[in-house]
Amino acid sequence: MSEKPPLLEVKNLTKRFLLGGIFKKRYLTAVEDISFRIPGDKPNITTLAGESGSGKTTIARLVLGLISPTYGEILYKGRNVQEMLKHHRLTYIKEVQAVFQDPYEVYNPFYTIDRFLKIPIKKFKLAKSENDARKLIEEVLEAVGLTSERVLGKYPYQLSGGEAQRVAIARALLLRPTLLVADEPVSMIDASLRAEILNVLLNLKKNYGMSILFITHDLSVAYYLSDNIIMLNLGRITEMGDVKRVINNPLHPYVQELIKSIPIPNPERRWNEKINFSELKEHIVVRRGCPFFERCSHPMEKCKEIMPELVEVEPNHWVACHAITKL
Amino acid sequence: MIQQLLEIKGLRAYYRTLVGVVRAVDGVSLTIKRGEIFGIAGESGCGKSTLAKATLRLLKSPGYIHEGSILFEGRDLMSLNEENLRKLRWSQIAYIPQSSMNSLNPVMRIENQIMDAILAHENWSKDKARERALQLIRMVGLPERVLRMYPHELSGGMKQRCVIATAIALSPKLIVADEPTTALDVVIQRGILQALREIKETLHASIMLITHDMAVHAEIVDRLMVMYAGKVVELGDIHHIFKDPLHPYVKMLISAIPTIEERREIKGMPGRPPSLLNPPSGCRFYPRCPYAMKKCSQEEPKLKEVSPGHFVACHLYEGW
Repeated sequence: MSEKPPLLEVKNLTKRFLLGGIFKKRYLTAVEDISFRIPGDKPNITTLAGESGSGKTTIARLVLGLISPTYGEILYKGRNVQEMLKHHRLTYIKEVQAVFQDPYEVYNPFYTIDRFLKIPIKKFKLAKSENDARKLIEEVLEAVGLTSERVLGKYPYQLSGGEAQRVAIARALLLRPTLLVADEPVSMIDASLRAEILNVLLNLKKNYGMSILFITHDLSVAYYLSDNIIMLNLGRITEMGDVKRVINNPLHPYVQELIKSIPIPNPERRWNEKINFSELKEHIVVRRGCPFFERCSHPMEKCKEIMPELVEVEPNHWVACHAITKL
Repeated sequence: MIQQLLEIKGLRAYYRTLVGVVRAVDGVSLTIKRGEIFGIAGESGCGKSTLAKATLRLLKSPGYIHEGSILFEGRDLMSLNEENLRKLRWSQIAYIPQSSMNSLNPVMRIENQIMDAILAHENWSKDKARERALQLIRMVGLPERVLRMYPHELSGGMKQRCVIATAIALSPKLIVADEPTTALDVVIQRGILQALREIKETLHASIMLITHDMAVHAEIVDRLMVMYAGKVVELGDIHHIFKDPLHPYVKMLISAIPTIEERREIKGMPGRPPSLLNPPSGCRFYPRCPYAMKKCSQEEPKLKEVSPGHFVACHLYEGW
């Protein structure tokens, strides 16, 4: 049986940044030994979730080829991304597009939105005539819930944050990418417009068959949007799998603590227990053993020494914790 | 003793700009009772931070208070001079501004920063101030050794706790906290909110909590006020507002929050708030409102009490 290769496969990915140091080099390990897949058989939204410093943006930048891995490799449809970027750069860029956190950052404030949308059309020769180009632009704007009257001819500052972000998504859509890497695209957007953008992303998956690698710190957003979730802590995967399984039944103590701390928008269901968090220890990084060891509520001797492996405890639900996997 | 700690009436706070006057806070009235957590919600640019600054009369040029009164325990802050205001701030009303965790002095130990704040306002001995600093740092849930540390040795959450410790040094009666947990991770956020609630109990203080995050409001405030384009659109008990939101904007705001409680469809709302330079006549939400009537574009809805303690400014509730 010839199975379709995964759309994206990340294998033992490690990224170290040089921190400087004159005589002795110091490194920061941003992500360590990360492996996961985005399946290729049908469109899928996979979320990388974690707190600040967990390495989620580093993984996004590695996937986009903005930085290169220290160890490990990333395969796109079975082909090495580093190689593709060397020899088939335009193909990769065309198929893997990105949107970022700050919706205004991608615009040149001196030019109108029209130019912003026309650049990829010219560069990738997406349209034969001016008329075709206009039709194409109208179509992608409609797909993100905007109209050409509303945005064309305008300057970036004349758009709201939500509109600017949707135009950025529309531009990515012009190229009909197979994979969209979205790094915190809604964290700077107000609630009323945020919901719209999340729904646009769901529609892109449904109507255009686009898969999305979504990066967020907000688990409520992840729960709404994704099929699979990957929970990161200090550069390691702690738990991953089907989003409902992970959020409704978290197994790793770190993920449990995280989920307990999400404010629920329902005043009838408030936090009633007081929990003690060991904030003080959050900066101590143990390189051997489990990175959560210092903060864990049930640490064992073993955890200090040996890094737990990711183990599939039920179909599509993986956990890296000695306390769980010994059972 | 009067029940109301703070009473704001018809407050208008504007900014002068080259192109005209921006009406950031345009006729806001509210009361904060003793011992309550009063939440202020709204999206960016709705005037919530301006309201906080105006309450402490900290609005700097080009901002100014156009009119209105601010009564704190019956004293009108508008009539106080700068010297009396300075005495009142910190000792009676504490202010935790947005992203204040980055305002700690990087070359000073935490202990000295807290002591400085105390000694600037009180004629205490150094030992007494030091003792108080220790008390405070425990109150916000940090270990004693933090006192000897510098800000760069602390995480974001710990810095925020130090800022709170400094703010409450003189046992204020009102704590105005502007987005105190924004940009912090959820676990840290929960810790800070927990600490704020405990401080409120210990000091018998009231808190004015400003955040755009409706889930945070649902979690800790007693009463909520929702602002839109400089106006109050709804005010009431947090349980009432979440159970039965009245204003179309508030309804939308609540239905737009994703939650891990259930996976239901969330709905946003197209459009954007009006410019506060030339706000439209009538209701400011009317261009985005799905229930807009002819009247809404002409006549401004007044804030009206539709059930005890639940106020809404919307023509839909005219006959109630």
